[in-house]
Amino acid sequence: MNGLLDVWWQHAPVLSVVLPSLTAVVLLLLGDPGGLSAQGGAHDGGRVAWQRRVALASVGLGLLAAAAMVWRASQGELMVYRLGEWPAPFGIVLVLDRLSALMVLLTYLVAVPVLWYATGGWDMRGRYFHAVFQFQLMGLCGAFLTGDLFNLFVFFEVLLIASYVLLLHGQGRERFRMGVHYVVLNLSASALFLIGVSMLYAVTGTLNMADLAGRVAALSGDSVPLAKAAAAILLVVFGLKAALVPLFFWLPGTYAAASAPVAALFAIMTKVGVYSIIRTHWVIFGADAGEAALAVADWLLPAALVTSVLGVLGALAAQHMSRLVAYLTVSSVGTIMASVGLFTPDTLSAALYYTLHSTIVIAGLFLLVELMAAQRGDAGDHLQPASAVREPVLLGLMMLFGAASAAGLPPLPGFLGKLMLLQSSHGLAAQAWIWAVVLTVGFFTIIGLARAGVVVFWHVQPVADGPAAGSSLKLLSAAWVFMALTVVLAVVAEPVKRYTDDAARQLTDRAAYQKAVLGDRLQTTRPYTGER
Amino acid sequence: MPSMEALLASGVGVVTAAGVYLLLRGRTFPVVLGLTLVGYAVNVFIFVMGRLWSNANPLLVGDGPVADPLPQALVLTAIVIGFATTGFVIELALRSRQENGSDHVDGAEPASSAEVRR
Repeated sequence: MNGLLDVWWQHAPVLSVVLPSLTAVVLLLLGDPGGLSAQGGAHDGGRVAWQRRVALASVGLGLLAAAAMVWRASQGELMVYRLGEWPAPFGIVLVLDRLSALMVLLTYLVAVPVLWYATGGWDMRGRYFHAVFQFQLMGLCGAFLTGDLFNLFVFFEVLLIASYVLLLHGQGRERFRMGVHYVVLNLSASALFLIGVSMLYAVTGTLNMADLAGRVAALSGDSVPLAKAAAAILLVVFGLKAALVPLFFWLPGTYAAASAPVAALFAIMTKVGVYSIIRTHWVIFGADAGEAALAVADWLLPAALVTSVLGVLGALAAQHMSRLVAYLTVSSVGTIMASVGLFTPDTLSAALYYTLHSTIVIAGLFLLVELMAAQRGDAGDHLQPASAVREPVLLGLMMLFGAASAAGLPPLPGFLGKLMLLQSSHGLAAQAWIWAVVLTVGFFTIIGLARAGVVVFWHVQPVADGPAAGSSLKLLSAAWVFMALTVVLAVVAEPVKRYTDDAARQLTDRAAYQKAVLGDRLQTTRPYTGER
Repeated sequence: MPSMEALLASGVGVVTAAGVYLLLRGRTFPVVLGLTLVGYAVNVFIFVMGRLWSNANPLLVGDGPVADPLPQALVLTAIVIGFATTGFVIELALRSRQENGSDHVDGAEPASSAEVRR
């Protein structure tokens, strides 16, 4: 047992990528009971149970490993894992720092309840749900852990291909319609990603993030505008994933079309974009990156503030509850990016705390919306007067809790996150803008969610046949887990804030990052000239 | 006599422009073709970002300059991924056509179909 733990300790970063991918392979080998039942064959109950057991055991193990990695990262150690023992700028490295560990943990905190919810029936409404879910986790963990820009592209593709399939899960017209948009947009973004990456390679001769951080800082002359252009292209790519203005129009329709567990899992997908923006624009183009420093700072903040406002306006105008929640996703990304775009460690720390909160709340809301829609008969999640839900008190209280948390009412973590954000922006030039936008957006979020609550719970029409059955305990419990998590996040706010403070400081300390990855010798590559 | 650089740069530019034009069309088939063209242009672009070499060894053998090997590896990865995603998007477009009864990217014929078709 100790030997096994030692192996894990040494190989932790790569194992968190290997675990979901191996699980996915096992699940593929176990066959596809969803496909069998869809074809009208005998429902293969035994195989279904095994699929669910294996998938749940794997995410449970992943959650434990992620928690252990956070504990490890919180000691201040920057763990660098060299794949195949190749020295850093030449081989691919995985880097486990506080930010990466936190994002992997957040992924699993969302994935475990979502998978639990999906085993309540969604996983059998299409083929290979569990295997694709694991591939999605593999892509997410890889993207959060890699220390190489091209490897980030590869993991992006892994998680995107898995997300294409997950989005289509359950099938139906609307999903295929939105699926075409989503896939074509993301493939175009991937082409841009490659252009940005290869431009950076052309001026620096490396793709290792630590090495890039050093080489971009040393650029001068003609190379600087090229590097800045690459930074801007990468911002467009990650902005599309994160749903920043003007690249968020795909998100509401797509998330609303996805099945509830998939939409809840996708709450973490926008955060991949946020994470990548933090990683590239803080580590590579950070404040002390020479002439190319803060290449996109002028764009990021205004775009983020506009995103936040447009997102909440969309939430006010939404005709469907799932669209409303999707627009809240956009709005929360705007708030997060605004505080990332201020480029100070304090605001970044606040942004990370708010990321944790908003991801968990939004995932919970997506599940809750489906629970409510299932009890409203034909109206579904359409915001119109319809029959009363079967369990108005229970669902009403859950909705109230979720709405209060999303809007940022005390004492829930949304309030703490916004407070940290307002405090950390104090004294900065953009303070007035930040305060105005964050407070207004919070206010309109309350109005939007209150409107939905009023329509669903009070604007009811009597119907003859009565509503459908109540929700199963399994589905409810998954939504409760998300609510419990937000409470926990408020209770342990102090240690979490300390952790995000340290994470922000660690990100700002580019010299230590380079030293950890490249070693003392700083044996770096140069733009290749053909000389020996 | 145009230089190799000018030829390649304008070639990449023309293919990208054609790809973007096709991407903006209303039917899924031209859109898939557009994605493919953009993919080709990007692959050549990555390759060129390792600089153009003439009379250089592709591998580290003998004396003299050697072409930058890394973009070649990157291009290989990009080609493989591009191939897989193109396969997926074709299948998706066919399925969307079947489900929605239209090969328009919005899943339904636009209102004034006769004018938009061409």
